[in-house]
Amino acid sequence: MIRIANGQGFWGDWLEAPVRLVEQGPIDYLILDYLAEVTMSIVQKQKQADPSLGYARDFPPLIGRIAAKLKERRVRVVANAGGVNPVACAREVKRLAPELKVAVVLGDDVYDRVDDFLARGLELKNLDTGEPLTVIRGQISSANAYIGAFPLAEALATGADVVIAGRSTDTALALGPMVHEFGWRADQYDLLAAGTIAGHIVECGAQCTGGNCIADWQTIPDFANIGYPIIEAEPDGTFVITKHHGTGGRVSLETIKEQLLYELGDPQNYITPDCVADFTSVRLAEDGPDRVRVSGIQGRSKTPFLKVSVSYLYGYKAQGTIVYSWPDALEKAKAADAIVRARLAALGLTFEEIYSEYFGANACHGIAAPVNAQPAEVMLRVGVRGKDKKAVDRFTRELIPLVLNGPPTGTGYGDGRPSVREVVAYWPALIPRDEIQTRVEVVE
Amino acid sequence: MRVPLSRIAHGRSGDKGDTSNIGIIAYEDRWYPVLVREVTPERVKAHFGALIEGRVERFELPNLGALNFLCYGALGGGGTLSLRIDAQGKTMAAGLLGMEIEIDERELTD
Repeated sequence: MIRIANGQGFWGDWLEAPVRLVEQGPIDYLILDYLAEVTMSIVQKQKQADPSLGYARDFPPLIGRIAAKLKERRVRVVANAGGVNPVACAREVKRLAPELKVAVVLGDDVYDRVDDFLARGLELKNLDTGEPLTVIRGQISSANAYIGAFPLAEALATGADVVIAGRSTDTALALGPMVHEFGWRADQYDLLAAGTIAGHIVECGAQCTGGNCIADWQTIPDFANIGYPIIEAEPDGTFVITKHHGTGGRVSLETIKEQLLYELGDPQNYITPDCVADFTSVRLAEDGPDRVRVSGIQGRSKTPFLKVSVSYLYGYKAQGTIVYSWPDALEKAKAADAIVRARLAALGLTFEEIYSEYFGANACHGIAAPVNAQPAEVMLRVGVRGKDKKAVDRFTRELIPLVLNGPPTGTGYGDGRPSVREVVAYWPALIPRDEIQTRVEVVE
Repeated sequence: MRVPLSRIAHGRSGDKGDTSNIGIIAYEDRWYPVLVREVTPERVKAHFGALIEGRVERFELPNLGALNFLCYGALGGGGTLSLRIDAQGKTMAAGLLGMEIEIDERELTD
């Protein structure tokens, strides 16, 4: 049995979580998931500004902080902290923790290969719309293929203490150590699916140990010291999800089921670079306090393609708010919204979308929200999105004047006029598997 | 009798681009058939009204006593494009759990 713990559900997750996982009990592997789609375009921009950047900058200081404990307890780290510059990330880790052996997985970053793909007739059609990538060629800011668990296992086989990947899938971070430790083969799809589903359960950190849990959330103990998840993985593909003794939170059938369904899609066709996992085969059983045993998992052959995520500059947006107090807070906010729209129309400004919501009334759920006849206050938020930056900028000047020249009791505009933000959008596509050759390097 | 869905189920929601993914789970296995009967794609779409622009697709997970819903065009463009506060649909499960369902008193208490 090996213990694989996830200490980071996204870049920006709790800084103390990975430290506590290493200090508060036994683990063999610490995995850390840093990359969301939006992260790739951010790190690509950072690399363009400074060739020594372009990775998750929280990661090297974390490793520096826990390096001695990692060595002492023989804990190995697998993280997709490399962004678009895994080698630079590895060098910074080596600078802060020279006693650790560090390996990187390369080959997922295809930003420089896009024109070559297009020239050879690989259209990289948008999976949702079917449009060819040429439509947005000029606006691309990053392009990465999602890679699976086997390159990570190959990196672990070098004996590295720390493995840094770029755009590996979240679930591969958990499956990689299992492939390495148990010698699972690329055609053992039930086992690969089991490791993948274990990875899915822990990939959002504490979201499987009581965080964001709807079931009986008021009774979940000690959120302040919530324990992050640990997979106790067996060579036969069964595993237990648990957390360190004495930590807060909860591992129960309810917390695990909620996370199994999170962003799941079609449960019988959970497609990864390594296999297609079937979530309808999962069997759960309680296995003592804060322990859930998972078994029965089945999988099928991987597809001939890898997913590529391309980010590109889509346009601009801005969103601003004003708060109105009771009485008649919602009516005032709606009147203010109508005034803003009339003024934008009078200026001849057009947008792809103008969207208004009423916080305190129904912003999250629309008509599904319970009706409150007299809310104490309502916050109007108006947003616009469009290709024309000047039009979006002009919009940002139309909200604050309402405090003086619109309905009464407008307040809460203290942050000044809203800022214009770039909208970076994502273009999902498929690429034949043999176009992506990964390689492992040990960084000295 | 009519009760909110939250009486027999919990859940979690998130996003896949512009698609809202809502998982609904029966607290007890014996209530799974009630979920299947009461929480149809048509009722989910009607419950959220204009918030869901496209269709609603339902998947069954009897092994977990759960249903998974994909609500297309439900997140205002999704991801970074969306102008909605809940651009990732994080609160949609809570919203659906507020939907009233019809259940026999016997089904509820047995």
